[in-house]
Amino acid sequence: MLVVDDDPALAEMLGIVLRTEGFEPSFVADGDRALAAFRATKPDLVLLDLMLPGIDGIDVCRQIRAESGTPIVMLTARGDTVDVVLGLESGADDYIVKPFKPKELVARMRARLRHNEGPTGETLTVGDLAIDVPGHVVSRGQEQIPLTPLEFDLLTALARKPGQVFTREHLLEQVWGYRHAADTRLVNVHVQRLRAKIERDPERPEIVLTVRGVGYKAGPT
Amino acid sequence: MTQPAVAYVRRGATRAVHTWRASLQVRVALTTLVVSGVVVLLLGVVVLEQVRSGLLQAKTRTSLSQLDFGLQHATEQFNAIGDSQSVENTAGQLAQQLAGRGADAQAYGIALLPTGGGELASGGDINPRASIPSSLQQVISREDREAWTYARITHADGSTEPGLVVGGPVQTEAADYQIYYLFPLRQESQTLSLVERTMLFSGIGIVLLLVAIAALVTRQVVRPVRQAAATAERLAAGRLRDRMAVHGEDDLASLAQSFNRMAETVEKQISQLRELSRVQRRFVADVSHELRTPITTIRMAADVLHDAREDLPPELARSAELLQNQLDRFESLLADLLEISRHDAGAAVLEAEPVDLRSVVLHVLESEAPLAARHSCVLDSSLPDEPVVVEADARRIQRVLRNLVSNAIEHGEGQPVEIRLRAGDGGVAVTVRDHGRGLRPGEAALVFGRFWRADPARARTSGGSGLGLSIALEDARLHGGYLQAWGEPGQGSMFRLTLPWHAGGAIGEPPLALEPDSESSTAEGVAGA
Repeated sequence: MLVVDDDPALAEMLGIVLRTEGFEPSFVADGDRALAAFRATKPDLVLLDLMLPGIDGIDVCRQIRAESGTPIVMLTARGDTVDVVLGLESGADDYIVKPFKPKELVARMRARLRHNEGPTGETLTVGDLAIDVPGHVVSRGQEQIPLTPLEFDLLTALARKPGQVFTREHLLEQVWGYRHAADTRLVNVHVQRLRAKIERDPERPEIVLTVRGVGYKAGPT
Repeated sequence: MTQPAVAYVRRGATRAVHTWRASLQVRVALTTLVVSGVVVLLLGVVVLEQVRSGLLQAKTRTSLSQLDFGLQHATEQFNAIGDSQSVENTAGQLAQQLAGRGADAQAYGIALLPTGGGELASGGDINPRASIPSSLQQVISREDREAWTYARITHADGSTEPGLVVGGPVQTEAADYQIYYLFPLRQESQTLSLVERTMLFSGIGIVLLLVAIAALVTRQVVRPVRQAAATAERLAAGRLRDRMAVHGEDDLASLAQSFNRMAETVEKQISQLRELSRVQRRFVADVSHELRTPITTIRMAADVLHDAREDLPPELARSAELLQNQLDRFESLLADLLEISRHDAGAAVLEAEPVDLRSVVLHVLESEAPLAARHSCVLDSSLPDEPVVVEADARRIQRVLRNLVSNAIEHGEGQPVEIRLRAGDGGVAVTVRDHGRGLRPGEAALVFGRFWRADPARARTSGGSGLGLSIALEDARLHGGYLQAWGEPGQGSMFRLTLPWHAGGAIGEPPLALEPDSESSTAEGVAGA
């Protein structure tokens, strides 16, 4: 567990809370050293403040995402669209707006760390993709497509029930572990990211289809 | 007149009235036309009258002198009558002689009429009996002097024309005659009609010239005014850098200068306001960040204390609880304050996408269910069977509805709260109705005010920041929709959110009524957009 935050009081408090929850956090206070710390500690999850001295959170997010699919949860002081969407587009899996309740933070983190365990040996197909669920591998023919765990979860959630329409709220609950919160931007951004990786033409998706006004569904298998 | 024709005339009249009202130039030109037309007409009438009477007076004078000559000549002739000659023959000769004196035979006619009646002698191309008015004969016979009148002269071939008839008595021993000269006024009427024509054409010419001059002069004044109007229009459309061209140093140039000064001031003011708004937005963002980080730390610390309260002494445990509760309140207040200042700064952004409002409503009902249970309140919803897909910002709509529903639960005094969603051609409406204390007259407009509370005494016990409905109203406006309240003491209250099908689109008749059933109401619209 890596916490990237420049506010010492908040970092210390996060440390207290995370340790009581059984995590082993390590800390880094500026963006310049974040990537080195990430490489050194190889955390299961990164908690990243968007506003940082040195390189800002969004760039740190890009750097980490460039070499790893490790879940990233952003801490942001602003729920404004631009910041959140920018953060999500740069690769964050989830975000949480300050001030947050510690339980909420822990719930989000656990949702990111939890692995979607299906029946052993479960293999799904959607479109021309094959999904090896226990192996966390998605491939088109011989070619493997690298997905982050979150993107993988999103794809399997849709692929398990092909043709069924999932509302954004439903996906938020199933993939992100949200209840009652409805930030559909989270779903939209990650669907875009997922499409960019798995669709032959992201402009004309064939695997993750939009159902206007309702949500998304997986294309025909 | 047929119906279409009436309509056509009416349309034409409307257009004419509009042109009259809209164009200063047309108004000035038309006024000049009418006024100068009247003046030229009056002038023409007076001048024509002068010319006519002058012509006729001259004619009468020459005619009378001709008559004098004729009378004298006739007296001589009659006095010279010998026995061999008859009076009638002499009269006949006289008539021929006198008629022959005219420049040509057509110039005038002569008639010698025996006073006592009898054979008449005439010369020239006339029919004397038809031409000489009997009234003139009587005047001459009675008063025995020269007299004249205007009459229609009848020619030998039966045609007539206006003319002057002069006559006088000739009395000698041998004969007692009246001599008449009949002068056609052909020459004079020709002259007169020539003058008339000349005056008519020159009058029309002068009027048209005046109108043209008026139009030209007005144009010089109107053009800069129109230019100013066009520039003002462009300024109003947001092109604040536009200015009027200044030519010369006249009044219009000073108009243009004043206009430009005004535009400059406005531009400066606006850019100042923009700067202010930008600074405020920055400030809001900074406050947001600066406050939120320490609050997060406080929040987490409070939570840790709160979780451990079982192990603490009672006073400390209660303190931890109070800290926790008030932090909740502080947070929601802070969030609302930041949201409303975002709206005030115009920095609120609409994230509109197609969304099924039914799922939004269901979501709100689900999230408000615990609150409803605490107030033992039943949430009664009525939704259409088909999806109601509206282009809207789901996050904001959800916030609006959650606010309305939680308010209804809190003020509903345990009575059921009804939530209705309906779609119509004009837009989509959601109503939230409670059966609580309701609103007093006039309060329907006040509920959207900031920090307004129905009952100041209860302000502390019921939660909420007091900004919820203000934010809801702003959120509705952001969609181009509106939020309205209705209430009656003892009857409960109703809130209606109306949204266009497309964000910022037009709204027609809302598909749900704001006043539930009663006749009298204190409904007051707070329109958005």
